[in-house]
Amino acid sequence: MNDFERAISYLNDPFNWTRRGGILDLLGEHVRVSLAAVAIAMVVALPLGVLLGRARRGSGPVVVLSNVSRAIPTLALLTLFAVSPIGFGDEATALALAIFAVPPILTNTFVGFRGVDADLREAARAMGMSRGQVLRRVEAPLAAPLVLTGIRTATVQVVATATLAALVGGGGLGRLINLGFGQHDYGVMIAGALLVAVLAMGTELLLVAVSWAVTPGPRRLPFRRVPRAAAASGTPELTAAGVPS
Amino acid sequence: MVLLSVRPELGAAGDVLAVEEAPNPWFDPSYVSRNWDTILGYLGEHVRLTVAAVLLGAVIALPLALLARRSRWLAGPVLALSTVVYTIPSLALFAFVLPLTGLSATTVLIGLTAYSLVILVRNFLAGLQGVPPEVREAARGMGLSPAQLFLRVDLPLALPAFMAGLRIATVSTVALVTVGVLVGHGGMGQLITGGLAANEYRAEIVTGALGCVLLALVADLLLAGLERLLTPWARVART
Repeated sequence: MNDFERAISYLNDPFNWTRRGGILDLLGEHVRVSLAAVAIAMVVALPLGVLLGRARRGSGPVVVLSNVSRAIPTLALLTLFAVSPIGFGDEATALALAIFAVPPILTNTFVGFRGVDADLREAARAMGMSRGQVLRRVEAPLAAPLVLTGIRTATVQVVATATLAALVGGGGLGRLINLGFGQHDYGVMIAGALLVAVLAMGTELLLVAVSWAVTPGPRRLPFRRVPRAAAASGTPELTAAGVPS
Repeated sequence: MVLLSVRPELGAAGDVLAVEEAPNPWFDPSYVSRNWDTILGYLGEHVRLTVAAVLLGAVIALPLALLARRSRWLAGPVLALSTVVYTIPSLALFAFVLPLTGLSATTVLIGLTAYSLVILVRNFLAGLQGVPPEVREAARGMGLSPAQLFLRVDLPLALPAFMAGLRIATVSTVALVTVGVLVGHGGMGQLITGGLAANEYRAEIVTGALGCVLLALVADLLLAGLERLLTPWARVART
């Protein structure tokens, strides 16, 4: 347990946090890259998911996309982007991570909007709502829980995966793990691992709270939900979880 | 092993590094044939790690799922714990295990098993909860012992969910093995970082990446075939 003690003492030294290239700098870089990746993914996936989900078509390609993305190692894409003309750096990392963030958001948005009862849409139209109003006042609130789940899954996955950028010379908190490993200073390595794990879990909790506050209607904490309905169809976890990263 | 590739700043506009002058194709069949034995070695390690992690995960996950089905009080903590493990980044998990088991494949195996276990518990539990209670009650009424109940009723009915879980766990484990490069046991991930270390030799990187994706695809197809074999009734119903 000596390494864990050293990790704690490393974390307890304020200089390790505030110096240039210290924990705060790495944390900032980690968060910036993650936010950029999620933003890119949302810009791509949300409109597409809404469009396909409302049209109720394209479920085949969406499922295939999310399955294929599971098979591609993040490390591979990070490395390929780094040696491509994009080059090393935060842009390549953000872009690679964004690609992995698209499937969870797209799938959940698609399923959320597809699941809106057609009778409800018809009723809303009959009450005189325009198409835009139906989208904003009927479909969006009903699809919101799933859409938010998708964004949460994608964000946590991105924050976790951003760690891997350090393996290909990128920045972020993963660098502490890599550095500690390279210098045989397991204290630093474990300190980095602790920070990354806490950051990922904090992101999860934060987003759970946000979606809990934002979601209209009956509220449920996502941890407790057992994917019961999915079991019957034989395809569990289509929407719930991304990939461990 | 891990590396930081430092790029020297180019001085004048006309300066070109020898690295950038040399041809660096994205894929090179002759690389594959020349290094076939090395690639096979890494492929073997990749397959061994994946199979071991998924099997170990399944062996641990099944009793957990059975326990969790018995009571709500157990299901909550099991699912919450699985969410927590799921959230920990793989590199961090390997880093936590590393001081205990050192630079061995065991380090990678422990991490991978944790993730496959988490995926499998959720899917096993979903499958078991999908078994209609009336059917189980009827089976008990017919005098089936608990073991018979599990083997003849629960297992066949939950099999599609079980297999779906195994497929997801296998495919994501194949992808995750690459992170094992941290401790030098990343299967074909070694080709990816190896190529990066060798002056960004693209052919090696792409070979590693393609190998991972192909392996995941083959594994998924094999499991899909196994599912078809194991559930002959589903085939009859569909046609």
